[in-house]
Amino acid sequence: MKSVSFDSTNAACGAIFASLGLFFAYQSFNLDLGTAFRMGPGYFPLVLAIVMTLLGVIIIVQATRLEGEPIGPIAWRGLAFILPAPIFFGLTVRGLGFVVALFLTSLIASFASQKMRPLMAVLLSFGITIFSVAVFSYALGLPFQRFGPWLRF
Amino acid sequence: MELFSNLALGFATAGTPENLLFCLIGVLLGTLIGVLPGIGATATIAMLLPITFQLEPVSSLIMLAGIYYGAQYGGSTTAILINMPGESSSAVTAIDGYQMARKGRAGAALAIAAIGSFFAGTVSTFLVAIFAPPLTAVALQFGAAEYFSLMIVGLVSSIALAHGSIIKALAMVALGLLLGLVGTDIYTGTPRFTLGIREYADGLNFVAVAVGVFGVAEILRNLEGEKTRTVLMAKVSGLMPSRQDFKEMLWPVLRGTGIGSALGILPGGGAILASFASYTVEKRISKTPEQFGHGAIAGVAGPESANNAGAQTSFIPLLTLGIPANPVMALMVGAMIIQGIVPGPNVAVEQPALFWGIIASMWIGNLMLVVLNLPLIGLWVKLLTIPYYVLFPVIMAFCSIGVYSVNSNVYDLYAVAFFGLIGYTLVKLRCEPAPLLLGFVLGPLLEENLRRAMILSRGDATTFVTRPISAGLLFLAAAVLIIVFLPSVKAKREAVFTEED
Repeated sequence: MKSVSFDSTNAACGAIFASLGLFFAYQSFNLDLGTAFRMGPGYFPLVLAIVMTLLGVIIIVQATRLEGEPIGPIAWRGLAFILPAPIFFGLTVRGLGFVVALFLTSLIASFASQKMRPLMAVLLSFGITIFSVAVFSYALGLPFQRFGPWLRF
Repeated sequence: MELFSNLALGFATAGTPENLLFCLIGVLLGTLIGVLPGIGATATIAMLLPITFQLEPVSSLIMLAGIYYGAQYGGSTTAILINMPGESSSAVTAIDGYQMARKGRAGAALAIAAIGSFFAGTVSTFLVAIFAPPLTAVALQFGAAEYFSLMIVGLVSSIALAHGSIIKALAMVALGLLLGLVGTDIYTGTPRFTLGIREYADGLNFVAVAVGVFGVAEILRNLEGEKTRTVLMAKVSGLMPSRQDFKEMLWPVLRGTGIGSALGILPGGGAILASFASYTVEKRISKTPEQFGHGAIAGVAGPESANNAGAQTSFIPLLTLGIPANPVMALMVGAMIIQGIVPGPNVAVEQPALFWGIIASMWIGNLMLVVLNLPLIGLWVKLLTIPYYVLFPVIMAFCSIGVYSVNSNVYDLYAVAFFGLIGYTLVKLRCEPAPLLLGFVLGPLLEENLRRAMILSRGDATTFVTRPISAGLLFLAAAVLIIVFLPSVKAKREAVFTEED
């Protein structure tokens, strides 16, 4: 039975849903379930989690029946630079302040594309920072500290 | 006439210089981002949502509505000029619109799209004004059981309209509902699924989830295969359609408006379905069906009117029942909640200025689009030449600022990254993100109404089928589910969605 063809994308998808379902179900069991009359905090989530697990299993079963198209290219470079950008902003916005944190965040995001040249990235980030400070900090008056405590001596 | 005094109130609210300005900004921003290919209306609104938080509730909702129309309009512009629909609802427009552009009739095609949209927008604004109040009266009779059943209908319809596997869409809804439950349980105060992080006790931030799943995931998808856009820039000239064109577009526009208005009201329906239905109808009743695909005017006029009418009437379920009909409306619900407004039938009664102001601003927004955008087409065309790699650092910067500005909670920013990853993974696994977002918004409401209904009925689950309205709604939901699982419909549905891609 080696020639069984199956759709690896869908199998992975089903596995993810099923395991997420089990995770939520496990978490729900630690909550008070209550009764159908007076549902506790765990009742509805547990039902949903069980449904999701079952759906995941169905997707896995279906995946063994037909072969799908491959998953296609994955934007590794994008993942490596785009996702850290908001995290970096979150880590530094209080410490470095709005201006510096934003500049560095834009700079990080810029490198997600292989077409971006370093000089261009710096100029672009500079432009974004000036524009955002003018619009968000001065015009809209958002209560951000422009320069944070890490930069004070 | 109460209708006219209500509309007068609406126009007085929407017509203040301040609100006109925000409507204008919304329309322009929406078009601006809608023109950029690869970023749809949902992603646009998700990204621009935070900048409206500093405004008054009325102004912010007017601006968001403006962004929505603008994005749709921008989507059809690119569909016609470069055969790249910025928006799935304008995918049909690209078929004949681009052919018209290649024949040197780009100007006429754009004008026809704009005029058709404006006409449809005007009619459906009135429809919203006429039908919203009586529906609100019905909605006020709704109890917990009815609300629960209605939300089930909305979720089921969103499944029916998702691309690809229905089972996957169901799983996405379940996941969305579960994510919506993260936070403190309203009845007992027990924290749920917060993984011990205190900052998530108030639930996951809606904006963070929307920006992550739609905005960030969309950027990542665009980064996959970086291709340079080849812009066959059809020269835009001769904006004014000829008398013959007007004659050819009259009936398609009227039919499109009717189809769009009807389909837009259905929860889960909306603009995409409307434009496809209109194109199919026009092609079927046309005397010259062979022209379709080669620049038929009816193939532009009908679907464009239909998608605009549908976009407009999809506000009806939102304004009367507080139930979002599509992901964009789900974003509007999020915006209303953040502004401290509980969407639902009470909005019309308690805040008539807000309610009618939004309705009036729909029409004003449409007028602005016609007046401003036809002359500005040259500018939008120039925008198409901006390379993508310049755009997304800008988008990421604004997203970060925007999400942070909602609550000044840095954990929301970590949630953006996390949901960006989740959103991208799901897209790669061929799962449609729209049902997830709808589930996320409806999760807490659904649970609350379920629990309340069960307490009211003393634990008797038959309450959902013994109350007539609730039973009717559940029957509708079951019917929709059965229909999408029927083999013949399933095949047809797959055909429609492959055409769209």
